[in-house]
Amino acid sequence: MMFELSEDHVMMRKMVRDFAENECAAGAEERDEKEEFPSEIWHKLAELGLAGITFPEKYGGVEADYLSYAIAVEELSRVDASVGVTVSAHSSLCANPIYLFGTEEQKQKYLVPLASGEKIGAFGLTEPMAGSDASGTRTTAVKDGNDYIINGSKIFITNAYEADTYVVTAQMDKSKGNKGIAAFILEKGMPGFTFGKKEKKMGIRSSATYELVFDNVRVPGENLLGEEGQGFKIAMITLDFGRIGIASQALGIAQGAYEQAKNYAKERVQFGQPIAQFQANQFKLADMATQIEAARLLVYQSAYLATQHKPVSKASAMAKLHASETAMWVTTQAVQMHGGYGYTREYPVERMMRDAKITEIYEGTSEVQRIVIASHILKE
Amino acid sequence: MNIVVLMKQTVDTEAKIVLNSDGKIDTNGVTLVINPLDEYAIEEALRIKERLGGEVTIVTLGGDQATAAVRSALAMGADKAVQINDPALGEVDEGMAATILAKAVQTLPHDIVLAGVMDTDNGSAQVAVRMAEKMELPSISSVTKLDIDESLATAKRVIDGGLATLEVTLPAVITVVQGINEVRYPSVAGIMKAKKKPLTVLKLSDLGLDASNLAVQAKVLKFTLPIPRQGGKKLPGEPAEAASLLARLLREEAKVL
Repeated sequence: MMFELSEDHVMMRKMVRDFAENECAAGAEERDEKEEFPSEIWHKLAELGLAGITFPEKYGGVEADYLSYAIAVEELSRVDASVGVTVSAHSSLCANPIYLFGTEEQKQKYLVPLASGEKIGAFGLTEPMAGSDASGTRTTAVKDGNDYIINGSKIFITNAYEADTYVVTAQMDKSKGNKGIAAFILEKGMPGFTFGKKEKKMGIRSSATYELVFDNVRVPGENLLGEEGQGFKIAMITLDFGRIGIASQALGIAQGAYEQAKNYAKERVQFGQPIAQFQANQFKLADMATQIEAARLLVYQSAYLATQHKPVSKASAMAKLHASETAMWVTTQAVQMHGGYGYTREYPVERMMRDAKITEIYEGTSEVQRIVIASHILKE
Repeated sequence: MNIVVLMKQTVDTEAKIVLNSDGKIDTNGVTLVINPLDEYAIEEALRIKERLGGEVTIVTLGGDQATAAVRSALAMGADKAVQINDPALGEVDEGMAATILAKAVQTLPHDIVLAGVMDTDNGSAQVAVRMAEKMELPSISSVTKLDIDESLATAKRVIDGGLATLEVTLPAVITVVQGINEVRYPSVAGIMKAKKKPLTVLKLSDLGLDASNLAVQAKVLKFTLPIPRQGGKKLPGEPAEAASLLARLLREEAKVL
């Protein structure tokens, strides 16, 4: 077992950290305030290959491993979690299912521009009646000749509106339940495919989140992803990998907030000394550092398993559960340590605490992670 | 165009410097990076290559840990690297470094040799120009804009209060300053490829040199850390009273008036 990053991974971390600090940090507060999508940052990070880290070169990616991907999302999120989730949703939730389940033609047509970052991707699974329970999917797909006609809507879709390519699930045969669901690749601009309201969110406010609306959207047969009836399975496997990204995002948020708290505690003077001299704060910082290190090991382990093509479901659920709960706890403590200043938008910990909450909710709530973990450990 | 870049690994400018028991700079646990001024030289080399074609070779003098800096330069896009790493070398001064680097660069095709104007740790600003002397090459220091046209280089050089424009026939040695360009980030693909690029490690004997014939000319007697910043002083009293006290302190204590 090696508990040290390779030279490549050290370089990767330095590169993304420099990029995040130089290109993302200064505008993070304003983008959050204005709910402004980081388009310019996207173009820059795509040029560096960060839009297609894990995908083969022949599909427009750079063929690095999942650990590189985890480090990249972590470092981006350490500074701006909205940028982190934009990359994660694009790579893990849209490009990855096309890579895993797409035909060669689909990969050439859709994966290549996604992995190179020329296009942005999104994933439409969640519906008003299908949150944790994907079997509640009410969006329908009906076969019509060679095509499929899709009707319905999706909510809370990350990267929606900004994205060009969408992987969307729809029910084809309600009597079959989850086995009646199919997945399709949709393009922005297909007739009948529009966007509903933009969500006004607590955190990750510069990440785009919209409703997708399908009104008789005619999707060519060649855009079916996998086979009819495979949609639920595709979605679940997609989420198994996606959780590595969200766990990395949560890890980055926690790391960022911890560093802010530590620096603040060393400078803020109360009762005649820096507040880092008080044991109450020392214990808090020690707990933060320990929880974060544990989360990091879980996240990197799940990334390692993904690279090795080993089962990742349990590990990524554990990583996501622990990292997201760590992010929430660490950011809350970081705000607390900043006192009144931490509650204002003068200091980034306020944003970080709002950003952390979503990591306990999306791509499976903490409760769903526990269901996934329990289902694995009880089978063992 | 064969472009050689002299690069040195230095202590990160943000690192906290402490002296060890021998009074030397303690590099344990300190982040080591490419000398930031050499990064501008690497970037300039890559831009010349992108414009005119050719090859960028990194040359560095440094121990095992310097390999990480070499890989970073290769990740940025340099084609190959030469590292002179010889455990027989003890303390190296600027003259020794210039001698060794001159020998190494002479083994390489070189139309232009670029380097940062100095390193950000020792800051002597001597090595590249002394190497140029030994190689009998012309050199221009502190260049802020560089144009290459066939075998002619036109360089704008920072002088006190302005710029001087100079012209030199290649091959030549050029040292660059901050602001000559904006340094790129290594891409993920660049990082992946860095390992596969050729890195030649040379001993002094490979360059026909012998450590026993290389002597330090200028010896560092000791390192001293800057005096830690003292806290400010609050002057009490009414504005007029405080102002006259301030004036007196500025003259008598701070000696700036």
